[in-house]
Amino acid sequence: MSSVAGLTRATLAKDLRLEWRSKDAINSMLFFSLLVVVIFSFSFDPTAEESRRIAGGLVWVAFLFAAVVALNQTWAREMRNQVLDAYRVSPAPPNALFLAKVIGNFIFVTVLQALMTPLFIVFYNLRALGPAYQLPIVAALGTWALVVNGTFFAAMSLRTRSREIMLPLLLFPISIPALLAMVEATGAILTGEFSARFWIVLLAAYDVVFTIASLFLFGLVLQAE
Amino acid sequence: MSAAVIVTDLVKQFGRFAALRGVSTEFAAGRLYAILGDNGAGKTTLLRALAGLTPLTRGSISMLGTTDLRSVCGQLGYMAHPSLLYDEMSGMENLRYFARLYEISDRGQNDEDRCADVIRAVKLDPSLTRPVGQYSQGMRQRMSLARALLNDPKILLLDEPFSNVDLRSAREMVTLLTGLRDAGKTIFVVTHQAALLEGAADEFVWMEAGQIVSRTSDLAATTETK
Repeated sequence: MSSVAGLTRATLAKDLRLEWRSKDAINSMLFFSLLVVVIFSFSFDPTAEESRRIAGGLVWVAFLFAAVVALNQTWAREMRNQVLDAYRVSPAPPNALFLAKVIGNFIFVTVLQALMTPLFIVFYNLRALGPAYQLPIVAALGTWALVVNGTFFAAMSLRTRSREIMLPLLLFPISIPALLAMVEATGAILTGEFSARFWIVLLAAYDVVFTIASLFLFGLVLQAE
Repeated sequence: MSAAVIVTDLVKQFGRFAALRGVSTEFAAGRLYAILGDNGAGKTTLLRALAGLTPLTRGSISMLGTTDLRSVCGQLGYMAHPSLLYDEMSGMENLRYFARLYEISDRGQNDEDRCADVIRAVKLDPSLTRPVGQYSQGMRQRMSLARALLNDPKILLLDEPFSNVDLRSAREMVTLLTGLRDAGKTIFVVTHQAALLEGAADEFVWMEAGQIVSRTSDLAATTETK
């Protein structure tokens, strides 16, 4: 266990260092999200009430598409010079690599959210009428749902010829329950019209199930040719 | 002499193309094998199969007395055609990361010392701070060899270690490999530059169309039969 934790830390530190030097993922994610915020703010001219209703969907669609960019980058980095083979021939457990990638992607998307949330608030005149303390919980659970599945399916589509297309095709359908929960929970908190509790519990259950399933299956994905 | 590697009826199909066609042979411990053959003969596939990177269509590999290759992967060093290094990190940073994967420090050796030792062994400078992406091709090859040596493996699998390396450096690499062989390591070198290993390799293994067609200790005999 300590070995998995130590190797996860080492791989995560390596990934953060690589991203800090190249800024591949964060730059493309920021650009994409900014584009969504600006284009939608020009397309609609919503009242504050309407904004609160649509913001949940808008915010999560922006983060979902932006996350896909980061998810593809994570594994592309391992494919350059076939560095992934060096990991595969080592005695390091596959789960350490998977966890490091998931945590790394979680950090990237969270940084993106921290940078973009003020812009969403300003552009869409947002204010939570429900319990605002639940928003960070929904953000954390929702982001984890996106990155845990995304990291797994990005690894699965790694050796396919058109992996940039394969990832959304695999990821989006399986993320529908999580997306629904994220959008509904965010909408509930922003409008204050109903409780977000059910959707938060659903999201947490989704996270637990898919984290366990991905950890269980990742070894097979890593060793597949 | 005991066998370090025993392969039995290895078959590897890529779709309808058979890269390995029933390879069965034994490789003794503490010897240096040069694996030769034309392009597409199955040399790299054989090496990848030994490294446990290629799932086999049929057959089995026994390495260091076990068919569970995962259990002996810590005693294996693998150098591929690509460098298997992160271009954005320096050589030392790369090796430090791989040292963690092999848990070198748990074997009673300091990560830093071991990384510096293997970098020096391949005649590079451990204090080089520029990223590997800015290395020359030859330097990258040598750093790649250093990565393969990091865990002090009992079996070394090297795919084209001399490609793009100048003659002097290639000879230095051969001297290093013979030293490792003399220290008891089993070494497999896939190469198109067989002459470099003349006098150094214990056996020349010639592959053709996914099969081993000859094994001899005399390079001239190998090439004459081809």
